[in-house]
Amino acid sequence: MMRHGKPGIRGRLVPVALIVALALSGAAAPAALAADPIKIGFGMALTGALAGNGKAALIAMQMWQEDVNKKGGLLGRKVELIYYDDQTKPATVPGIYTKLLDVDKVDLVVSGYGTNVIAPAMPIVIERKLVFISLFGMAVNEKFNYPYYFGIMPTGPEPLTDWSKGFFEVAMKQNPKPKTVAIAAADSEFAQNAAAGARQNAKKHGLRVVYDKAYPPPTADFTPITRAIQAANPDLVYVAAYPPDAAGMVRAAHEIGLKPKMFGGGLVGPQYASLEKALGPMLNGIVNYHFFVPAPTLKFAGIDAFLKTYQERAKTAGVDELGYYLPPYAYAYLQILGQAVEATKGLDQKKIGEYIRGHEFDTVAGKVKFAPNGEWAKTRVLMVQYQNIEGNDVKFFEGPGHRVIVYPEEWKTGELVYPYEKAKR
Amino acid sequence: MFSFDLLLDVVVAGILIGGFYAAVSLGITVAFGLLDVVNIAHPAFVILGAYGAYVANSRFGLDPILAGLLGMPVFFLLGMLVYRVYYTSFEKRGEESLRGLVFFFGITFIIEVSLLLQYGVDYRSVEAAYVGETIALGPVDLPFRLAIPFAVAIALTVALHLFLSRTFYGRAVKAVSQDQLALRLMGASPVRIKALAFAIAIATASIAGALLIMIGPVEPSVGREYIGRVFAIAVLGGMGSIGGTLVAALILGVLESLTSTFYGPSWALAVSFGILLLVLAVRPAGLFGR
Repeated sequence: MMRHGKPGIRGRLVPVALIVALALSGAAAPAALAADPIKIGFGMALTGALAGNGKAALIAMQMWQEDVNKKGGLLGRKVELIYYDDQTKPATVPGIYTKLLDVDKVDLVVSGYGTNVIAPAMPIVIERKLVFISLFGMAVNEKFNYPYYFGIMPTGPEPLTDWSKGFFEVAMKQNPKPKTVAIAAADSEFAQNAAAGARQNAKKHGLRVVYDKAYPPPTADFTPITRAIQAANPDLVYVAAYPPDAAGMVRAAHEIGLKPKMFGGGLVGPQYASLEKALGPMLNGIVNYHFFVPAPTLKFAGIDAFLKTYQERAKTAGVDELGYYLPPYAYAYLQILGQAVEATKGLDQKKIGEYIRGHEFDTVAGKVKFAPNGEWAKTRVLMVQYQNIEGNDVKFFEGPGHRVIVYPEEWKTGELVYPYEKAKR
Repeated sequence: MFSFDLLLDVVVAGILIGGFYAAVSLGITVAFGLLDVVNIAHPAFVILGAYGAYVANSRFGLDPILAGLLGMPVFFLLGMLVYRVYYTSFEKRGEESLRGLVFFFGITFIIEVSLLLQYGVDYRSVEAAYVGETIALGPVDLPFRLAIPFAVAIALTVALHLFLSRTFYGRAVKAVSQDQLALRLMGASPVRIKALAFAIAIATASIAGALLIMIGPVEPSVGREYIGRVFAIAVLGGMGSIGGTLVAALILGVLESLTSTFYGPSWALAVSFGILLLVLAVRPAGLFGR
């Protein structure tokens, strides 16, 4: 039977309890917000042609996330990485970054791997005035001139020419001095930028370009290209190529007995253990860019511990087992972002951008300071010559000795064997 | 730059790579040309064959060609299975045109993602004593990396040609492409014959994959690079002609090689496809089509 009339004590307490609860929840709101993670968003090549690097980069980024969260996160908040597979397709990038910003409401964004997917994100980050640290972009900011763009790749303030500067400077110090050069590059933005820089360097050193061609990405065999280069009889052969092409070019050059005085330059691929193992002794004599190799001159703080953990994880992930190329830099660009957030004590994009621009950062990839155009203030593109590789075992590539740094002087670990023919033996 | 030796070298290089193109295209010629099954997943099966060779080579030290040959029965059974699903779900219902295309598109993705999950995205390659070696025949250098795939491709082409022209089942496969009703009246089941032919087409992918990984490193999605080229070869050769496929592949290989060397690699594919269009304008059925 229901009772009507004056409410009892319990009835009077309910509204009071509700009001108190509401008040408490209101008061608790800022605290809950403060505990929300800081979201960092990005697209990454997890499938497609550059997925090998993209997945390796992701492992490194997750390692950074774990390391930071173990120490309490950033600004006392945990860090969360929100990412989507860009399939190595530039067309997917605008959609990914729009979703990250409008749907996932990320606090910070960084780029995916490679020039081709960094450039399509630029209009969005510029429009929203966001700090954007890119991972291995080649002269991306050259046309945008965006003040809060920073590139984590040690090319230097003039990326186009810095990329191949070492190759040409080392060559011009040799005896007999080279007089001609052949340039072969893939039909892609990165390779074409590298080739443009190589042309400028060749001109600066008074070299005559005797072969200068681009090739399309689905090239199955490079024998015709290497034969055309051989027919032009250049002293130097500068190649800018992505991994499968780089392997094809090296094999074809080896098979036809290409004999320039120096060969290599911009081959992407011989930085990974899988291709190094596959090519083995065919790499002997090649002078090519690297961004990191284990060497006594490149002992950066934290790099050994980073590589140890990375290499353990890489075993099960089916990615580059040594991780000398991209992973340290993928860790480093988040280190820079994290250090800037902590230093500015907030997520104000302008303050973070200004801080990054004005400071030097300690990272597992060494000390990083940016030039006004967002590239590294000082180039650290290493020119490395493969020497004395006798087999296809990974042992030849794990430690120092077989990849001799011949440029720049500051990081040098040995002398160039010249010409190529002599070093091939 | 031009010299007779260079021309000879370049033509030989084109012939060698053309042989490899033929090996990859044979499966398309059988499936698309003879059976009217638009198997756009064929390059993905080739990649599967390449990974088979990689596993056999890296784990058991098997020669990649031998691994490709040993993989053929497995691929044959896989082809049987795929055709059964395709027939039951699409062809039998008369829905093979667009939905069948989506089916094979799906298979491509399934193969790629499976390989991705199992082996990751790193580049894989095989080791064999002859990979990287070259033999000089007068002025011509023959890299074993290309010469062996060429020899195997020729052998595969001849074997398939003999099978289709000399054996009962082979002639039945040709008959199914011409008149299925007549075949039924002869007491043969077109579905069984088509399943057999499709299985043979997929079996060729095992050996073609082994050849591919000998030529260069592979990763799961590299097969996409070959889709346009292999269909072009099958069409240029004259849908269903095994000999025509070989000739078309050699023409494309030599044209690409000549263009790459003397004019510039960027134009290689454009010239090849230009020739394809030209041939089709004159002979719509292809070089050896009826």
